Amino acid sequence: MSSDASPTAIRSGRLAECATRLRIWWTMLAICLEERLAYRGDFILGTAMRFLPIVTQVFLWTAVFAATSRSDIAGYSKTDIVAYYLLTMVTRAFSSMPGLAGGVSRSIRDGSIKKYLVQPVDYVSFLLAARIAHKLVYYAVAILPFAVVFWICRSYFPPVPDAATIAAFVASLLLSFLLGFFMEATLGMLGFWVLEVSSIVFAYMLVQYLLSGHMFPIDMLAGIPTGIAGVDVADVVRWLPFEYTAYFPAAVWLGKVQGAELGRALAIEAAWVIVMAVACRIVWWRGTRRYSAYGG
Amino acid sequence: MHNTADATDRPSLEAVIRVEGLAKEYRVYDKPEGLGASLRGLFHRKSRAVEALRGVDLTVNRGEFVALLGPNGAGKTTFLKLLSGIITPSRGTARVLGHVPWERADDFRRRFALVMGQRNQLWWDLPAAESFRLHKEIYRLDAARFERVRDELVDLLGVRKLILQPVRELSLGERMKLELVAALLHEPEVLFLDEPTIGLDVVAQHTIHEFLRHVQAERRTTVMLTTHYMKDVAALCERVVVITHGDILYDGSLAEIVDRFTTHKIVTLDLDEPPAPGALERFGFPCEIRGPQVVMRIDRSRIADVLPEILRGAGVRDVSVEDVPLEEIVAGLFRSGRTRPAEPAEATA
Repeated sequence: MSSDASPTAIRSGRLAECATRLRIWWTMLAICLEERLAYRGDFILGTAMRFLPIVTQVFLWTAVFAATSRSDIAGYSKTDIVAYYLLTMVTRAFSSMPGLAGGVSRSIRDGSIKKYLVQPVDYVSFLLAARIAHKLVYYAVAILPFAVVFWICRSYFPPVPDAATIAAFVASLLLSFLLGFFMEATLGMLGFWVLEVSSIVFAYMLVQYLLSGHMFPIDMLAGIPTGIAGVDVADVVRWLPFEYTAYFPAAVWLGKVQGAELGRALAIEAAWVIVMAVACRIVWWRGTRRYSAYGG
Repeated sequence: MHNTADATDRPSLEAVIRVEGLAKEYRVYDKPEGLGASLRGLFHRKSRAVEALRGVDLTVNRGEFVALLGPNGAGKTTFLKLLSGIITPSRGTARVLGHVPWERADDFRRRFALVMGQRNQLWWDLPAAESFRLHKEIYRLDAARFERVRDELVDLLGVRKLILQPVRELSLGERMKLELVAALLHEPEVLFLDEPTIGLDVVAQHTIHEFLRHVQAERRTTVMLTTHYMKDVAALCERVVVITHGDILYDGSLAEIVDRFTTHKIVTLDLDEPPAPGALERFGFPCEIRGPQVVMRIDRSRIADVLPEILRGAGVRDVSVEDVPLEEIVAGLFRSGRTRPAEPAEATA
């Protein structure tokens, strides 16, 4: 930045650069928030619709429990199941990214991505700001129906866990947001190679639905053998990113993951966030190179 | 055929854009008609290379206002995309403000702007003022200077009232004006405009011409614009570069185009009575006879001899002599571009 290159000058220069970048990002966030607020009516309807699948899940499990004489299935009682599904709704509110992959691939296809090649702005940071704004507005709208439903269903939940568990729960939620974001952004950027990513996104959603715990608690897969001695399906799923976007935070709140196991799981989740963030960068970098070479 | 821009007769010229042998080849896939062919296409697709730009040389100095003309598909937009770093070339080099554009360095990106007719940099659901605020941050503009420049640009275009209205509620012309403001807030040294007046009414076109001329003169911005409207060219550009089939066909002043590529003048005669059939053919070609009014094309080399003779004849009430319209000259120039062996079908279009 300046001609005098003393270490302190360099450090303060770097600090100033970081501050500038932070301010740019903050303005992006503010503007995305304003834009999102233009669509709040859309959100209200969307939030209401999200509760519908939960109701059908609860009915399904009620029927399952009615058909068996057992009081619990794979460690879940009927009330546990209701609590679990309601909690996965919270985690999905953090990790699901409606329209992200599709939006990225559309901007590649229709050429509006060019703007981010011409302007001195980082597209991934911009997407992140836009998504955080999206989520904040969503929470502002959704908090009320969520509160009502949780209040009505309060008897299904175990006592509120201790502070450390709550802290781990919050950390797992924030990481699940980042994980969901980077996975879907990366998927969307496959649009640099294929014309239409919707079928890839569909396949991803399917795997996601099965392996994230959205459909059933992942620990129900424990004890299902994979064919490798001593390894069951739950062990495999634990090392994949999916369960961290729905099952894991809910399981933390319900006290199903504790101690060293909790620490390890959080570390795996954080590692996946880093892997996907790096993947997203690489795909962006290679994708724009390809885009530039083949047309634009 | 090439006419090098006279770079010697003006003092202290600084080359802002320097392009050598720049070429861009696209690979296009032919999609034959019919379901059967489409199914075969799943396994084997035929592709061929299309050269959008074939080894172009060009130097543009600081403060020049250059029009890039050419028929559709001639390579104009490809050229602008290369210069703004959106695409990488197949061959050749380019330097804009000392940077290789497709390296997309932030330092370069803060110093130029690209406006593409339809593509908006403005946020659709927000007032333009908000997009401007974002530009202030991403281009790292000083607050006082940003406000001064914004107010100046907005007033020049007479759009101050519009900047607080959501962009989606604005007309095409209003949006285009605000796009231009957004593009110029960071006072770019180089400005690329891709058909900035497309679809606009005459008044809006005129406002934009005045605006661009003013801004360009004030800041000595280097401007390259593509357009299909000769009005844009006549109003703004002292230098014209004609591209056909990916080659530069002509590079020089607008006046010189008219001078070099017109063979005729258009002479309009207002006579007392309709001319006798065949009476005017010896002077030139009468293209339109409407009662006593006659429009003729007369060879430029003969005009000095022919005109007095016509006027000496009885019954000429009024006469006007004009150049062939610029559109026509340029259309002729486009047609004269050599045909492209790779795509014979397009050459006749």
